[in-house]
Amino acid sequence: MQSTGVDWNVSRLSLCVKYPTLCPMLALDAVTKRYGLIEALAPTDLQVGSGATTVLIGPSGCGKSTILRLIAGLIAPDQGRITFEDIPLTPENLPHLRRRMGYVIQEGGLFPHLTVRGNVSLVARYIGWDSARIEARLRELADLVRLAPALFERFPLELSGGQRQRVSLMRALMLDPDLLLLDEPLGALDPMIRYELQQELKQIFQRLHKTVLMVTHDLGEAAFFGDALVLMRAGVIIQRGAASDLLTQPAEPFVEDFIKAQRGSLQPVSKGAP
Amino acid sequence: MKRLQRVAITLFALIMGTTIAPAADDVDMAIGSKTFTESVILGEMLTQIARSSGVRTKYWRELGGTRVVWNALLTGEIDAYVEYTGTLMQEILVGNGIRTPEELARALAAHGISMTKPLGFNNTYAMGIKESLALRHGLRSISDLRNHPEFNFGFSSEFMDRADGWPGLQQRYGLPQQKVRGIDHDLAYRGLEAGSLHVIDLYRTDAEIAYYGLRVLEDDLQYFPEYQAVILYRTDLQRRAPEVARSFHRLAGRIDAATMAAMNARVKLERAPESAVAAEFLRHSLGIAAVGDFESAWQRLRRHTAEHLLLVAISLGAAIFVSIPLGIIAARRERLGQIILGVAGILQTIPSLALFVFMIPLLGIGGPPAVVALFLYSLLPIIRNTYTGLKDIDPALRDSAQVLGLPPTVQLWRIELPLSASTILAGIKTSAVINIGTATLGALIGAGGYGQPILTGIRLDDIGLILQGAVPAAALALLVQGGFELAERAVVPRGLRLGGTSGT
Repeated sequence: MQSTGVDWNVSRLSLCVKYPTLCPMLALDAVTKRYGLIEALAPTDLQVGSGATTVLIGPSGCGKSTILRLIAGLIAPDQGRITFEDIPLTPENLPHLRRRMGYVIQEGGLFPHLTVRGNVSLVARYIGWDSARIEARLRELADLVRLAPALFERFPLELSGGQRQRVSLMRALMLDPDLLLLDEPLGALDPMIRYELQQELKQIFQRLHKTVLMVTHDLGEAAFFGDALVLMRAGVIIQRGAASDLLTQPAEPFVEDFIKAQRGSLQPVSKGAP
Repeated sequence: MKRLQRVAITLFALIMGTTIAPAADDVDMAIGSKTFTESVILGEMLTQIARSSGVRTKYWRELGGTRVVWNALLTGEIDAYVEYTGTLMQEILVGNGIRTPEELARALAAHGISMTKPLGFNNTYAMGIKESLALRHGLRSISDLRNHPEFNFGFSSEFMDRADGWPGLQQRYGLPQQKVRGIDHDLAYRGLEAGSLHVIDLYRTDAEIAYYGLRVLEDDLQYFPEYQAVILYRTDLQRRAPEVARSFHRLAGRIDAATMAAMNARVKLERAPESAVAAEFLRHSLGIAAVGDFESAWQRLRRHTAEHLLLVAISLGAAIFVSIPLGIIAARRERLGQIILGVAGILQTIPSLALFVFMIPLLGIGGPPAVVALFLYSLLPIIRNTYTGLKDIDPALRDSAQVLGLPPTVQLWRIELPLSASTILAGIKTSAVINIGTATLGALIGAGGYGQPILTGIRLDDIGLILQGAVPAAALALLVQGGFELAERAVVPRGLRLGGTSGT
């Protein structure tokens, strides 16, 4: 039973990654976004497969964060539509859909006036979880992200950068969302801690089978995490596929240039990658 | 943030408590006075006469200038005060063509006001000059001033503006002087003494004429009209308190110029309290066993403190409860926000003195107009700091709050207000300190407070008295500032006070 389940999962996963249109959790359909004269996103289609990790990558200003912010509902598309498991992302649906998303940003976005416990349990408390349930979930998550429960009463300013990102991940996972949105989650960390957290994050994603959409400008990190990579430039998707596809079959000279420029960053991480 | 809510609720209850609690002001009649010593002494007399008849009487001493006191009489906020016939004919009722006392009485009756016969002295305006200067230049009459265009004139602001004041005088005598300044009457004497002023306006019964050895220039063209002191009272007083009205009439003809000047000197030069001087006079000349309001310095300080605190607490409390929501609206809606901040900014640019006076026609005299003026004055710092505090929240934090799916009100209470608490509190602190200082001006429109001893101190040239108002006002401001630093510990979340490391 168990072994067949795992097999099924793996095959489903690989199918979804290969053909995300078969089982998309999230779909962008001809979505555009403009800031004044700047076209942040040209008409774009994108499917994010369920249970897989998709990484948006590209130089700064390429529109990768815009896609994440559109999905999180922080900004609204000018045209096109976004669906989350076939439910359109509209202002009426947003409050409900947001409970099914977890969001982590570069510096964690933790509220400095709340303790670790306050930050993580804020929404659960608001929607009426009892304290026993909150406490159990807190312990579970602390165990998952390897955060000492002794730190629960600390304020964000009393934590290290790595600890803050762990807490931020706990907060994102609190309501057990289906989708994790990560915007440069490790961008502000120094290399050693970053390397360590990369390993742990990947394990966590694999354990939880979450659908993950991550934004990074670091090719090494993208290759390490991504079941599928989406390379962007100036608001346009240039190529999508596995990291190996980008390396072996670059769609454009830009892809080669981007890879060449980031060659160095590919090395240290690939050592740790399976 | 639970704590913030609790603090807000407590404050609200406190404010409502003080506002609703009625001022136990059970009086049958009220007397007013203008802001100069003679008027204050005469007002004391009227008050003591009324009280000696058993009528509960409030005395609005130093209520304001002619307009303020006259309007207070018309609206019934006061029932009587001492006015001068010249002021009535040339200023208050100017344009009615009044020439005789009979015509004047008729004009007053049309307003429901009665007038006694003259009290016995003519306190007309006069031009005063130092004796030494007069001797040096051989100056005797106002006409002699024509030859001295270089002289500096310093006139009380009332005299500068009124029809029977400087403009008419300059025209009648053809005076060439250009350097004419408005200055407080009591400060003018010191300017004269110091030599920065050469000529000032004065009243014929001023105590300082003898004290400073001044020469009164002869009004050789008979420009100044008679300024006979008379008591004006609301005619209905004859029905409401007939014995008081009768006593007012008994005072007519009893005070000659020498007696009045002597009483002025007792107060201004010998520092006797006005109430004591008035009581003394009533005892000797009318046989009225009057009792003045003899307050100890402590009682007075306590009263002024209570008055001042009430002004500040009500106006500031109301300002907090209006400004914070306005600031929130301003931060949420950009265009409306510009309007809100603009209007509050304009209110702030109105000179505070003018704002107080603007309130009189709307709300009369005393506490209410002062509270409204202070309230309007306290708005901007709180609105602006609330607006800035909310606007300055790290956009990443606002995004995080939004993505968590909390409804806007929860975001506001749990995230945005706590994050901007210290900025908002700083705004309230600024408002409080400005408010405490500005509230001293409340005394100008009869609201009492620490401004009262300052005002009286300026009138009597008594530094000690000025300090009795200025020092507690400054101390209160410091105290409140300290209080806010303590409040900051209660209101601003601990996590924000850590400072130190950069990051989130």
